[in-house]
Amino acid sequence: MVETQSAQPPADAASSAQGTEMTGSQALVTALEQVGVEVIFGIPGGAILPAYDPLFDSSVRHILTRHEQGAGHAAQGYAMATGKVGVCMATSGPGATNLVTPIADAYMDSVPIVAITGQVGSAAIGTDAFQEADIRGITMPITKHNFLITHAADIPRAIVEAFHIASTGRPGPVLVDITKDALQAMTTYQWPEEIDLPGYHPVTKPHTKQIKEAAKLIRAAQRPTLYIGGGVIKANAAWELRQLMQLTKIPAVTTLMARGAIDEGHELYMGMPGMHGDVAAVGALQRSDLLITIGARFDDRVTGKLDSFAPDAKVIHADIDPAEISKNRIADVPIVGDAKEVISALIDVLNDEPMPDYSAWTSYLQGLRSKYPTGYDEPEDGTLSPQYVIERIGEIAGPDAYYAAGVGQHQMWAAHYLPLSKPGHWLNSGGLGTMGYCVPAAMGAKMGRPDAVVWGIDGDGCFQMTNQELATCTVEQIPIKIAVINNEVLGMVRQWQSLFYNQRYSNTDLHSWRVPDFVKLADAMGAVGLRAESKEEVDDVINQAMAINDRPVVVEFVVAKDAMVWPMVAAGTSNDDIKIARGLAPQWEEEIL
Amino acid sequence: MSENDTPVTHTLSVLVLNEPGVLARVAALFARRGFNIESLAVGPTEHADISRITLVANVDQVNLEQLTKQLNKLVEVIKIVELDPGSVRRELLLVKVRATAEIRSQVLEIVQLFRAKTVDASTDAITIEATGGPDKIEALLRMLEPYGIKELVQSGMVAVGRGARSITDRSGRSDKSRTGR
Repeated sequence: MVETQSAQPPADAASSAQGTEMTGSQALVTALEQVGVEVIFGIPGGAILPAYDPLFDSSVRHILTRHEQGAGHAAQGYAMATGKVGVCMATSGPGATNLVTPIADAYMDSVPIVAITGQVGSAAIGTDAFQEADIRGITMPITKHNFLITHAADIPRAIVEAFHIASTGRPGPVLVDITKDALQAMTTYQWPEEIDLPGYHPVTKPHTKQIKEAAKLIRAAQRPTLYIGGGVIKANAAWELRQLMQLTKIPAVTTLMARGAIDEGHELYMGMPGMHGDVAAVGALQRSDLLITIGARFDDRVTGKLDSFAPDAKVIHADIDPAEISKNRIADVPIVGDAKEVISALIDVLNDEPMPDYSAWTSYLQGLRSKYPTGYDEPEDGTLSPQYVIERIGEIAGPDAYYAAGVGQHQMWAAHYLPLSKPGHWLNSGGLGTMGYCVPAAMGAKMGRPDAVVWGIDGDGCFQMTNQELATCTVEQIPIKIAVINNEVLGMVRQWQSLFYNQRYSNTDLHSWRVPDFVKLADAMGAVGLRAESKEEVDDVINQAMAINDRPVVVEFVVAKDAMVWPMVAAGTSNDDIKIARGLAPQWEEEIL
Repeated sequence: MSENDTPVTHTLSVLVLNEPGVLARVAALFARRGFNIESLAVGPTEHADISRITLVANVDQVNLEQLTKQLNKLVEVIKIVELDPGSVRRELLLVKVRATAEIRSQVLEIVQLFRAKTVDASTDAITIEATGGPDKIEALLRMLEPYGIKELVQSGMVAVGRGARSITDRSGRSDKSRTGR
């Protein structure tokens, strides 16, 4: 019953440690070196303090963040930008609980991170000791797996298993909680020869029978749509996806998490579906007769009212996590497997004979795309348009830059107006919707991609949740660029109040007109602060920011507060009721075939 | 309602690694995903490092599939097998019944009828131990109820399939080695 697989081959520097007497802390740091960790984001404290002593001499770089939440999001940003496992570290109690938000975020968005936390001494567990929190219990529902380690000898195996679990199958966060006495005790270093997890066997290779069934449905369909989710990015399958599109000429949509998987200019690309999706993308799902779903999970923000979602469509659902299949929408053809292998297998079977002609369907969607492009109007009062600002940042920084966003209106505008054409270049908090994600995630991305330009598109509300990491960026010389789209309000919440609460703006006005003064705030943290308040100044400040590479830059754009995100499918309503502007619905009733 | 969305009682045997925190993980999963569990019993198996959870849930087909898939995602869960309704299923009941001198013989007659045991007796009460399937236990309790039940404690159900094969020989429900779905 027990299957085993090889652990990664030991790195040269660390392999000499095998069989050496050392403390649990030294074993921890040695194991981290041996699994190939380059950088850890964290904050020390009492229970984790023993680990920080050998870390001082280690080849692993430690970035001292200003808040553990920042450390967690930075690990996520690093993981998203590099595809490697991000690592964060914190002490027991409050240090660990401050990691809860980024861990939950990583769980929702399947980001591979390992969180290492100190725990009070094993004898003190359960006594409500100083800085004691049951972080393993707390994070059980938001981690892929977690460990409580009480013996020094168990540390290397836990680290190896944690990295293996975080990075294989459906990626996700793993927490390793280590008691202080385990960190202090002496042990003989033992790197495990093989990984022994009898209950963990992610299926990556799709079943041939299911692939053939899928091919049958694809050939029988008249209005098929590729519904592409973040799994395609995680599986590094964007190239294969483009091959599949080229072969089949089937139109595709990418969810918020999959932006960048398909080149925006691709003739078969219909945009992003969902609550704030493009009309053509929503139409591509709603009017489809076959959804070829790959690495997506029928999230409520995509489906709208579930029972009216894609009513005529059969469903092929490929995902590496079997539990996602038929969770929200019953799949006609379920396929368990890695997105890259699934797409390659589909290409293989579909290559046999010529594909049917889907051009009537494609031209219908292309018609929708040109008739209802996602666009915006300039504010009537002459104030700066937030969409314009984001569009210009994208045009100047280009598709090679990495873009992180916070959560809210600016996130949706960023998803629409940035040139997101490369997989892994778009970082945002999709599932959990964590305000405050942007600055630390951008920091992590820049650590992972030091030679690339990293822009954070943040809101004034989000920015005020985690901006202290700018101090970290200054001190550690991580020159990120943050655009604060300042509309002085919690914009997305206010938009809902505008639409659904009779313009009663209860507690959404941040009064962030000069309080705080974002330019001074940036300056106080050693970053360069810039500001634009009119259209004429926009390019100038962006170009100035682009020219600064030795310090972080914050550019405040003072924008119109009444701008809204369109299109929009109101919560709990059908995708068919999408509005392209207030009270304005697209014309669907056109014969397709 | 179609057959698929009618809730039916299912008995699942779940083999898990015998490690601290596993039961908490399983219980927390049910709470978080909103699955209603009728009974849950956990204990050792013929392998020292493996425990067995017997789980009774009244769910429809869709929820049963989600439940097993979510359980299978737990790293400590090795195998899940659904036992068919004909399996040997047993609960343990300890019940303290009022049994004064006038009615004691009637109560003892019921004990005999159900092949239960008297494990403790005092002047006005006796404690009865019974094992059996849910129907038998329920019937016994119905019979005892008129005499006055003072205290009752019941175990979760444990169950084992009939025949020579052991659970480790059988392919699991949504087993991890299965690649089809």
